[in-house]
Amino acid sequence: MTKIVTDVICPFCGTLCDDLEVAVTDDGKKITEVYNACVIGTEKFLHSQASDRVTRPRLMQADGSYKEISYTEAAEYTAQMMAKAKKPLMYGWSSTNCEAQSMGHEIAEMAKACVDNTAAVCHGTTLIAVQDIGLPTCTLGEVKNRADRIVFWGCNPAHAHPRHMSRYSIFPRGFFTGKGHKNRKLVVVDPRPTDTAKMADIHLQVTQGQDYELLNAFRVALKGEWLPDVVAGIPKEKIYEAADILKSGRFGIIFFGMGVTQSLGKNHNIDEAIAVTKDLNDYTKFSIMPMRGHYNVTGSGEVMAWQFGYPYSVDLTRGFARYNPGDTSSIDLLSRGDVDAMFTIGSDPGAHFPFKCVKKISELPSVCIDPHLTPTSGVSKLHVPVAFNGVEAGGSCYRMDNVPIDCRKVVEPPEGMITDEQFLIMVRDRLKKIKGVA
Amino acid sequence: MATINVNLISGRSIQQGVAIEGGKEKPLYRTACGIIELDPSDLKKLGAWKNTNVRVTSEFGSVVVKAIETTQGPHMGIGFIPMGPWANQIINPNTYSTGMPTFKGTPVKVEVAVDQQVLLGIELVQKACRGETV
Repeated sequence: MTKIVTDVICPFCGTLCDDLEVAVTDDGKKITEVYNACVIGTEKFLHSQASDRVTRPRLMQADGSYKEISYTEAAEYTAQMMAKAKKPLMYGWSSTNCEAQSMGHEIAEMAKACVDNTAAVCHGTTLIAVQDIGLPTCTLGEVKNRADRIVFWGCNPAHAHPRHMSRYSIFPRGFFTGKGHKNRKLVVVDPRPTDTAKMADIHLQVTQGQDYELLNAFRVALKGEWLPDVVAGIPKEKIYEAADILKSGRFGIIFFGMGVTQSLGKNHNIDEAIAVTKDLNDYTKFSIMPMRGHYNVTGSGEVMAWQFGYPYSVDLTRGFARYNPGDTSSIDLLSRGDVDAMFTIGSDPGAHFPFKCVKKISELPSVCIDPHLTPTSGVSKLHVPVAFNGVEAGGSCYRMDNVPIDCRKVVEPPEGMITDEQFLIMVRDRLKKIKGVA
Repeated sequence: MATINVNLISGRSIQQGVAIEGGKEKPLYRTACGIIELDPSDLKKLGAWKNTNVRVTSEFGSVVVKAIETTQGPHMGIGFIPMGPWANQIINPNTYSTGMPTFKGTPVKVEVAVDQQVLLGIELVQKACRGETV
């Protein structure tokens, strides 16, 4: 027999769906089925049950093989590494809960580390732009209940946030949007005709890397001023038409993703997208929202901001927080060879950093805290597998619209496994003793 | 042998999402991310059938992946490698003082490499770290 756990939160993407139902065995130890989740969320829950899962910390030996060690030994190794390093980098945080992030920051303060989250390779440039000119935003609930003009700029939610469109942005019938997708107009800007673009009323197949030009053209078109015949590969008639659609709505929203944050122009692309939103508010109500990737990258930004004053790329080396992306950001620190130890938690820089940085990680003393086997665990000296947050441990997480949601524990972790927060407490206590901190 | 030049972008695909949650040590991860999606016209210019192994080279590195016909096209002149260690061998790591590497918009050269193998994810990173050709 199985029982159903309801209102489970999905710990995959920033949409943080909160309507999952998970069937577990009567003893509460095994997940047998997942309902309502997308294919990625389902895989996350089911993979946690894999029989070949690594359940104990492993230390890499000189010949490349692994030796199983206890959590106490792993905490000792990690604390010693942090104590010896002059400038360690603590990177990740986005696939764990806010409680663990806060605990990690205590370690960072003691070790005078650089602390960075996955915004470094995701929406870091968005955060710079928000500091430049602010962000007129709203919650996803408002989008569901009010929005009748939706723009997806440089993002592909059909693949990256699979239930975003059905829960919030296109299909749901809200309080003022009773006809669902029938009274919403969808504009997609992407250099490829993606699966999201195929659903659009207007798809602007922008020349890759020319988002800034097109956003600028939108500001001109909104004012009805002169445009050249073609901007960023788009005929001017199409730009005027799209601008008119956006102006004629009652409430609109621009969702944007990696297409603008990672292309050349970077933070300036976002500056311009926010400026378009500001201009649109002369005609109607408009908001803008980044499509955050990891389920708790927003939470890491929040916790870092209220503890250190900055949302990512924090450098505590001098004993106080400094922030200067391009200098204190992970990619630049690793590329320049500025750090002498690497502590990774809840992310996979081995797979998602440029190779130049991965090679540097492989040459450093390194610890990887992650339930999975990953390229990062493959090049780190110590791999500490922990319980899956959101599946085997609860905790606070922040949705992409900055709404905090409490994740639920659904099943027990395999016997003897601990959560990342518990491991960080062990490391903190040991580091305190080494450093002689009261 | 013909070569073509395309503009490389990387990003999420739903298959990539499933594969990273299913285990990055598994062959499914390679099937999902060790690929380059090319427009049919570019494949024709390359003189390659779909599902041919190709070597993709930029000024920052080189990697072997499988060339497949695009699933979200047409996008002539653009190559798409889902985000992961294969794409990150060749993307532009420069941040231009923003902290963000240029994951989208790297000029690359694609050439047929039928006799070369696409490596598994973790194996690829470990080999590359040892300085071996991937």
